[in-house]
Amino acid sequence: MNKFTKLFITFISAITLMLSSMSSSFAKVDGEYIVLGAAISLTGKYSSNGVHTQNGYNLAVERINKMGGVEVQGKKYKFEIIYYDDESNPKRAAQLAERLINQDGVKYMLGPYSSGLTKAIAPVTEKYKIPMVEANGASRSLFTKGYKYLFAVLSPANQYLEVAIDLAVEKNGGKPVRIAQAFEQDAFSQDVRLGILDAAKRTGSEIIIDDKLPKELNDMAATLAKVKATKPDVLVVSGHTKGALTAIRQIAEMKVDVPMLAMTHCDAAKLSKQHGKKSEYALCASQWHKNLSYKDSFFGTGKKYDKDFKKEFGYAPPYQSAESSAALLVFKDAFERANSFDGDKVRDALKTTEMQTFYGNIKFGPGGQNTAKPMILFQVRCKGDTCENKVVAPTKWASDKFYHPIPKWSERS
Amino acid sequence: MVQASLDGILLGILFALIAYGMALQWGVMNIINIAQGDLVILGGYIAYTMYLAGIHPAWGVIVSPIIMFFVGWALYKLVINKVVDRDLFISILATFGIAIIFQQLMNFIFGADVVVAQSEYGTTMLFDNSVTLPNSKIFSAVVSILYAIALVIYMKKSRLGRAIRATAQNARAAKILGVDTEKVYAATFGINAALCGIAGALIAITLTLHPYVGLPYTVRSFMIVIVAGLGNLPAVAISGMGLGLFEEFADYILGTEFRIGAVFMLLVFILVYRRFKLSKKREYLK
Repeated sequence: MNKFTKLFITFISAITLMLSSMSSSFAKVDGEYIVLGAAISLTGKYSSNGVHTQNGYNLAVERINKMGGVEVQGKKYKFEIIYYDDESNPKRAAQLAERLINQDGVKYMLGPYSSGLTKAIAPVTEKYKIPMVEANGASRSLFTKGYKYLFAVLSPANQYLEVAIDLAVEKNGGKPVRIAQAFEQDAFSQDVRLGILDAAKRTGSEIIIDDKLPKELNDMAATLAKVKATKPDVLVVSGHTKGALTAIRQIAEMKVDVPMLAMTHCDAAKLSKQHGKKSEYALCASQWHKNLSYKDSFFGTGKKYDKDFKKEFGYAPPYQSAESSAALLVFKDAFERANSFDGDKVRDALKTTEMQTFYGNIKFGPGGQNTAKPMILFQVRCKGDTCENKVVAPTKWASDKFYHPIPKWSERS
Repeated sequence: MVQASLDGILLGILFALIAYGMALQWGVMNIINIAQGDLVILGGYIAYTMYLAGIHPAWGVIVSPIIMFFVGWALYKLVINKVVDRDLFISILATFGIAIIFQQLMNFIFGADVVVAQSEYGTTMLFDNSVTLPNSKIFSAVVSILYAIALVIYMKKSRLGRAIRATAQNARAAKILGVDTEKVYAATFGINAALCGIAGALIAITLTLHPYVGLPYTVRSFMIVIVAGLGNLPAVAISGMGLGLFEEFADYILGTEFRIGAVFMLLVFILVYRRFKLSKKREYLK
């Protein structure tokens, strides 16, 4: 390396440094744009849900901008999002959050996909006092750490299947039930488990099988053999999409008869499509369904959202997209009520959010979780070979009657 | 109990097939293939693609090994031939790299969703419905056994099979005697990949597929090979079934959370026991 090259490299690095320090000066609000930052899993194991999240964000940004944007101190602003790919890796997500805040100068954040990644980012946004509205981290532990800048539009994980136990007790004539459960060993599923434990305690129900599924497992035969031997009233399974698919496949193969089967992630796993009739009667927890009667002025109803989303992206929106779109509506509302770009004022406005969106009512509890929206349960029902998810609980929105008990395999065609 | 043992044995036979591929190329080429599990999953995706195209996924056990053989051959020519005579550590690094590339490629092409292929084979019931055997699992065990037998015969009778065995015993001597070791290595790696392809197709119809679930298969086959030793097919089959049985029982009795832990405990125990026995033998020699 001669002298000239050395000098040249020094020069280039000096310029780069200068530019990078400059970029932070035109950050939070850039001309007519309010810049939000998001680290999202565009590659890696969460990439399909990461893309659903991003599509949800983008649809809302486009809609809000088209309908006049955000009005702060009499001036109209538009939303813009800076995205980075966190590769489904919590360490990377935390680095990217630092980068968004320190280098890109972002002052407001949107959440990533999954509880694990949200957990990795929350301490960073908290440290820099950056308000974050997240739509895909449901783990209860996110809301018990006393975070002040974290707001989640979705119901916490422990509420996912509590309703199912209540339903089982109700169907049992108000008497306690015997529960068999199998949960994956990750933050989210274990929170769902805590919810079931609470519900069991409340109703006096007994848990007779309590299996924890390792992450890499795709065989539940042993758990199901125990279920066959003990004949519980309810079987509860939660292990993301892999857990849902494995459970249905092996329950059908082993002809396991249970009166009630409750799960999570049925729609993400496309259960009704991938397993067809085998998945019939499965009861699934969901954050949102297009048939619910909530409304707002941007997307209209759930059905309208479903239609617009399909037109834009060519597939029906899973709830991961709907809740992501709702996060933007919350931000818009907060900016306008704060009438300021000051981080703490925006945070205070977020804290007092009380609104209805097409996705549901939103009001934040002391930990930042949404306390105004109940979970819904749907059941897979088939007509011929086409299977659909029908909302069965809570009764207010139920489009179909809850089918109980599940017919025995020997009686199913 | 009967249920758990049958499940275990059927699962174990499948593991044994993957492990046999690993034992083969480990023995011949002295390479520990970290990408073994990812080759399996790729084979599974081939069957799944056929399923999406409307062909019954069971045909995957014929198509998938053919495609995978060429994938294995190409991998050897591109990467493995550069590390085959090197340190074991280098080959582990190289195959680890291949594993990551394969995972990302599969994620890119097939998406990150968990998928299953439906065989619609139904279920066999025994003892008045108290024991159920999914026909797809029986099918997979039968196919595995057939392929394993075919392979053993091929290794014993054919010219290439003999060349492979000769190279495994002493590569230099085989070379001097006119065996084209380069070709033997490529074929071995191809056969290993083909075995993975079969196993993958069977997994597509019995379990679930996902771009990132390859590693557990690598680990299990590694374990089976360690226990059984290289180039010993009956031992691989028995230790494969043993592992399947042990896993199911650990799960049934101790609970699912101890399943993997129990397997690793067993591995440690076997390694220590082997060392102990070997050290005794060494005393003899003194």
